Amino acid sequence: MRLTRRHAMAIGASAVVVAGLPIRALAAGDDDITAFTGGADVGEGGITLTAPEIAENGNTVPIEVSAEGASEILVLATGNPVPAVATFKFGPLAASQAASTRIRLAKTQDVVAVAKMADGSFVKASASVKVTIGGCGG
Amino acid sequence: MISRRDFLQTSMAASALLGASGFGNWGRLAAQQALTQDQLLEFESYGNVSLIHVTDIHAQLKPLYFREPSVNIGVGDNRGQVPHITGSDFRKLYGINDGSPSHYALSSDDFTALAQGYGRVGGLDRMATVINSIRAERPDALLLDGGDTWHGSYTCYHTAGQDMVNVMNVLKPDAMTFHWEFTLGSERVNEIVEGLPFAALGQNIFESEWDEPAELFPPYKFFERGGAKIAVIGQAFPYMPIANPGWMFPEYAFGIRDEHMQVMVDEVRAKGADLVVLLSHNGFDVDKKMASIVTGVDVILSGHTHDALPEPVLVGDTIIVASGSNGKFVSRVDLDVRDGRMMGFRHKLIPIFSDVITPDPEMAAVIDAERAPYEDQMSAVIGQTDSLLYRRGNFNGTWDDLICDALISEREADIALSPGVRWGPSILPGQDITREDIWNVTSMTYGAAYRTEMTGEFLHVVLEDVADNLFNPDPYYQQGGDMVRTGGLGYSIDINKPQGSRITNLTLLSTGEAIDASKTYQVAGWASVNEGTEGPAIWDVVENHIAKQGTVTVTPNNNVQVIGT
Repeated sequence: MRLTRRHAMAIGASAVVVAGLPIRALAAGDDDITAFTGGADVGEGGITLTAPEIAENGNTVPIEVSAEGASEILVLATGNPVPAVATFKFGPLAASQAASTRIRLAKTQDVVAVAKMADGSFVKASASVKVTIGGCGG
Repeated sequence: MISRRDFLQTSMAASALLGASGFGNWGRLAAQQALTQDQLLEFESYGNVSLIHVTDIHAQLKPLYFREPSVNIGVGDNRGQVPHITGSDFRKLYGINDGSPSHYALSSDDFTALAQGYGRVGGLDRMATVINSIRAERPDALLLDGGDTWHGSYTCYHTAGQDMVNVMNVLKPDAMTFHWEFTLGSERVNEIVEGLPFAALGQNIFESEWDEPAELFPPYKFFERGGAKIAVIGQAFPYMPIANPGWMFPEYAFGIRDEHMQVMVDEVRAKGADLVVLLSHNGFDVDKKMASIVTGVDVILSGHTHDALPEPVLVGDTIIVASGSNGKFVSRVDLDVRDGRMMGFRHKLIPIFSDVITPDPEMAAVIDAERAPYEDQMSAVIGQTDSLLYRRGNFNGTWDDLICDALISEREADIALSPGVRWGPSILPGQDITREDIWNVTSMTYGAAYRTEMTGEFLHVVLEDVADNLFNPDPYYQQGGDMVRTGGLGYSIDINKPQGSRITNLTLLSTGEAIDASKTYQVAGWASVNEGTEGPAIWDVVENHIAKQGTVTVTPNNNVQVIGT
């Protein structure tokens, strides 16, 4: 836990921002979902989002999404300054509708995946990923 | 599947022994006469399979004192559930008489008096006697080591874990999983594991670059025992790169990975496993949650959080066994495995009373040989203590108060931070403090005692972060340590609040003033997970401080106010 002044201030600053950010961040994420779905209802189930409970490194967090029969899957990091992470598109010949990647998370937040299914309906899954300064377990 | 009657057959050695001994019968002689090795080992064999579980030994080769926590708070669904029950409530729950051997072994009050009566616990030579005796009865018993074995002592540090590897190889475990072992650095861990004569398991040990299972650590191993096909699946500590320095083992990634665990359980069942045993370093509450999510596990041998429970905890059809730490206990679990399933079990948590159990001579010789080159250095007496020195507990322990005092005075700091680790034996009032004793509570591969500036605001962030690792209501977000210890700093904590609002009333104790969020404070600490941390070794800082004091006295710490328990 030796921290440079710069490091300390950076983390300190992010903590201040946390208090004010969630409402705006959620709104931003919601905007992305609305743009993706065109305002249609979003259901649950039929989509799996796998992410670590606590990120080992917030700069590169492995995630995996899968939704059998999906044509597109949108991934959002709702607590990032820019929530949109990726949209995976699957052609009709795709053997499976699954993708894995690594994303950067600015802080503890929900990662959300929304899939557009073949019949035009939408389903959503989310996972809470904690980003911690760590260091005192054992 | 498991009847209440079977459950009641679980027993603990000590609880069946002395009956109503009551207070005042603690004379050492009386204790020794009343307790015999045969009583401790007494066990009516059951079924066709025996498991022997040892865990979190933390390189403690020799007998020691170890005080269990008086404060161990559960949150969320685990509030008021074992292992979050301590003291007289714990004894009442399990029908343990005050002053009995079980009282001494499993709870914290009257620790000093009981320790003087019952003597030291643990010692790998005594554990060897117990294990050999079980094997004499059940030659094909499986010995499973839950990890945190190659860490925690003077000799372990100076041999980079080799002393423990050599000693454990004599005990011949069948499989092991890991946590602090990785703080030896991945190069050293790989070197040892490549030469291990038993399975190094971890279904959640992944290779970080591609996030694929690490080849060196298979997820499981099959054993044929008592006519049954047994699959032992390993689960390493999930949060190693967060709670410990990830830069020391960058090639590896961990995590809970319960989906992968389910895949592994289904795989071993498909391959014909009659019994599925999870050798886990998750910590108890994480294991409970995992048992409620992953189906098909019969037995979880639980480590990491250092809990010792006289009976297994049942979650659905899974039994969870907690076997303590620091060599204080060995668990024996006998199982009736028939027709591809576990039909019943009998369990005993065997406390290793060092004065009662005869050391195994072969193991004693191996231990002495490992220690001999370091004996002169280790046995140096640095000071004495007037107070009981212990560590375990959610908020503070007298050992940590002493370490924080050392950091503040030796490093000229306003505030000290000491990690909330759960290892480290206790020292009784009146005992000498040797160099070995200091290493037993500080030894690690990243023990530099740093000194840095932190703003009041950042101190708050640090405390909130650690508090959430302990008190997040979802066990999957807990890391299994205790709260960071503070010196020179008081605070209130409401454990039921969300992260960011648990900690209030931060106070600089030297002035009694409230901590100013924008002001900068001089902070000394140790065990930083950041690469490049500089400073003298913590064991030298503590040794210098104790040497100057001569005799140390640690006054009760009332600087943390806990709300919402």
